[in-house]
Amino acid sequence: MDLMKVVADSYNVETKHPEFGAGDTITVHYKIKEGNKERIQQFRGIVIQVKGTGLTKTFTMRKMSSNVGVERILPISSPFIDKIEVNKYGRVRRARIYYLRELTGKKARIKERRR
Amino acid sequence: MAGLIGKKIGMTSIFSAEGKNVPCTVIEAGPCVVTQVKTVDKDGYEALQLGFVDKKEKRSNKAQVGHFKKAGTLPKHKVAEFSKTNGDYQLGDEINVELFNDDTWVDVTGVSKGKGFQGVVKRHGFAGVNDATHGQHNRMRAPGSLGASSYPSRVFKGMRMAGRTGGDQVKVLSLRVMKIIPESNLILVKGSVPGPKGGYLIIEK
Repeated sequence: MDLMKVVADSYNVETKHPEFGAGDTITVHYKIKEGNKERIQQFRGIVIQVKGTGLTKTFTMRKMSSNVGVERILPISSPFIDKIEVNKYGRVRRARIYYLRELTGKKARIKERRR
Repeated sequence: MAGLIGKKIGMTSIFSAEGKNVPCTVIEAGPCVVTQVKTVDKDGYEALQLGFVDKKEKRSNKAQVGHFKKAGTLPKHKVAEFSKTNGDYQLGDEINVELFNDDTWVDVTGVSKGKGFQGVVKRHGFAGVNDATHGQHNRMRAPGSLGASSYPSRVFKGMRMAGRTGGDQVKVLSLRVMKIIPESNLILVKGSVPGPKGGYLIIEK
């Protein structure tokens, strides 16, 4: 029995958020603390890689924010992630779509995958 | 100190209540069997001997089989002694992870990973020569001078030099218990512990 998986399961890492992979467009509702106040910020972008397993799994998402590329790496078990929504499933041919960094505009589109 | 024998499973990280990412070691601790109760009358001091991980009877000698038979268990791979704890334990009792609870501090003893014959930079943290130029050749990780010259005309005992590294007993003090999973006998301890995955550990409260 894989005891590392038992630890990960005790934190419900796999069931807490929907499944997604590279090429999918997701929205992360991220909790931000400002002094004593807490508010939720939404970050929508394309997942360019999912890395690691269990509790140490992280994902990188990228979006173009007024013509500047912004990338964020988030641990999937972070307590600051309020919610993850999958907006679009994309069809890509590799697990890490770094080539997207070099593409802009119409070239940076990803075909939608039928489910 | 009360304690248990355990096995290192691996490392991971969890988020604490404050939202900090805390590095943790996963240890499979117990259940351990009390294989001997030492008393002042009989042994001159009080202690508990615990055993962990069953061993085949075929693989044990008769003395071992007899010793473990007294406690009514199979022979054990790893046996360790713990100084007497409060709490009345009888021969053959089982002790499990519930000995610890969240927010206790533990000391963990293990045998560190063997590194083989290592130089002075890795073994003792010497700085070496930091320049590759200015007349240096083949000396980047050299120990430098071993001492003075005609007096004392010898190298002092205990001078730190290259040699076998690792494979020593190491005790790490005051590690915080982050979580317990009693169903699978697991504890999560903050920070790292000595030894390889699968190595035996002694966890004391």
